[in-house]
Amino acid sequence: MTSVPAIQVEGLRKSFGKVVALDGLDLVGAEGRVLALLGPNGAGKTTLVRALATLLRPDAGRAVVLGHDVVADPLGVRREIGLAGQFAAVDEVMTGRENLIMVGRLYHLGRVESQRRAGEVLERFGLSDAADRRAGTYSGGMRRRLDLAATLVGRPRLIFLDEPTTGLDPRSRAQLWEMVEQLRDEGTSILLTTQYMDEADQLAQQIAVIDGGRIVAEGTASTLKERVGRSRLLVRLAERDRTEEARAALGALDGDGPPEILAPGELSLAMSADDLPARAVRALDRINAGIVGIEVRTPTLEEVFFALTGRRTDGERRTEEAA
Amino acid sequence: MTRVSPREALSDALVMAQRELGATLRKPALLVVSIVQPVMLLLIFRYVFGGAIRTPNGSYANYLLPAILVLTGIFGSLMTGIGISEDLAKGVVDRLRSLPMARAAPLVGRTLSDLVRNAVSLVVMLGVGYLVGFRPNQSIDRFLAAMALVLAFAYVFSWISATIGLLARDPETAQSLGFIWVFPLTFASSAFVPTHSMPAAIQAFAQVNPMTLSVDAVRALTVGGHATTPLLGSLAWFAALLLVFVPLAVSRYRALE
Repeated sequence: MTSVPAIQVEGLRKSFGKVVALDGLDLVGAEGRVLALLGPNGAGKTTLVRALATLLRPDAGRAVVLGHDVVADPLGVRREIGLAGQFAAVDEVMTGRENLIMVGRLYHLGRVESQRRAGEVLERFGLSDAADRRAGTYSGGMRRRLDLAATLVGRPRLIFLDEPTTGLDPRSRAQLWEMVEQLRDEGTSILLTTQYMDEADQLAQQIAVIDGGRIVAEGTASTLKERVGRSRLLVRLAERDRTEEARAALGALDGDGPPEILAPGELSLAMSADDLPARAVRALDRINAGIVGIEVRTPTLEEVFFALTGRRTDGERRTEEAA
Repeated sequence: MTRVSPREALSDALVMAQRELGATLRKPALLVVSIVQPVMLLLIFRYVFGGAIRTPNGSYANYLLPAILVLTGIFGSLMTGIGISEDLAKGVVDRLRSLPMARAAPLVGRTLSDLVRNAVSLVVMLGVGYLVGFRPNQSIDRFLAAMALVLAFAYVFSWISATIGLLARDPETAQSLGFIWVFPLTFASSAFVPTHSMPAAIQAFAQVNPMTLSVDAVRALTVGGHATTPLLGSLAWFAALLLVFVPLAVSRYRALE
């Protein structure tokens, strides 16, 4: 069983009129892990999720979910998955509990088991107190939680979360992250799409960067960061006029390339070994350089994304606008 | 290939019907809206135009009410398409389509729940009809057959409405598209006035119009007249329309992306 990947996609294509949404996309996601599809709006994230969840038919290529082909055996796929789309698909006139019981019954759990299961997931998502209120009275964050709860009612082996935190306030976002982390730690396979680097970084064990309907890079957060460049050691000195002396001292160490002066009193050196910071501190101390700051900086996923696609992410734009 | 068993499919349709009925009970405004329009038409025709309209044998109330009952079914069936397009717009349909349920269940469930809602509207309309002078004078069997025919008419048109809702995809478009076919169907028929005063072309249309046939059959079954021909004509229309629109709606639903 464990040898079947959760997701196996080969050369998947889908166009809407002249717009190419998926352009021969290849992707494999292991079972029991969180895979984040990271990309800007219009990159093809949602189209891929919809194809995998059997909501749309690919034009070409193959997509297999937990061993079931999405075109040949869509029902087989639907029995194993839970989908939370971009809009919280809850029925506003029904209570939270009724929403979940309905979903349970449509998974064919039976009346009694559906009720039991609804109570269980409501409890888990902190919705027990609101369970018998109409979902229309819920806050945005509660709706997303109810939506996520609905994906779990049928005990699916794979959950799709399409931009689960878009539009949520920071507190609701943190709550939702916590819940996804819990699921991840229990070994549920999750495919989530996001345009936020920090979300992928925080939640996913595997990240696939998608752009123009293809996967342009894939790996863990740290391997992706490494692809863009080495980590660098940054040193800040109390006195600016010691910069040249400090450069000479750092140059004597076996850094990966010569030290760089970023600004008067600020230097950087590409990391070559884990003990480089310790040796740098000792060398600078010997000349009494007066270190006031030292850090090892790894490239952010933002920088990775920019390097891979030549475009900035909406997440970065958002923080720039805020600043 | 995995399939949904017939028992599961039936259960799915009933769960969906239950959902719609629950929603109707909690938003009774919808039920009221679908009754208000036929009531207004009833009052306008009974009291504004009615005095000027000459109908064969008997009161205009007895001529008019069978048409109003069928019309109530049509207005009720319009809600089917509007409801489906609302679900589409809200993303509910995506959730449903990702569940391992029978694919036709949401449509079957909704048309069934609309049938129940139409039955309630029908009872209300019969009450209003009685107040304005409608007096059925045939046997109880014939009366019940007439009511069954009205509900069958409404059920068939629910499927047409469902198809329109699936094509329109948003509630506003579904509503306006819905009314486009309601007007010619209703007015170019024997519903409000006898067809013999209409120009030849319209008369030809009116005489084969399912609205005319069903209204004539309901009239015959409630207040007297020859029922067999319009009844058989109605049933032929229902069969033909279901044969076209059930597969069309289901395939449109399956083909949603």
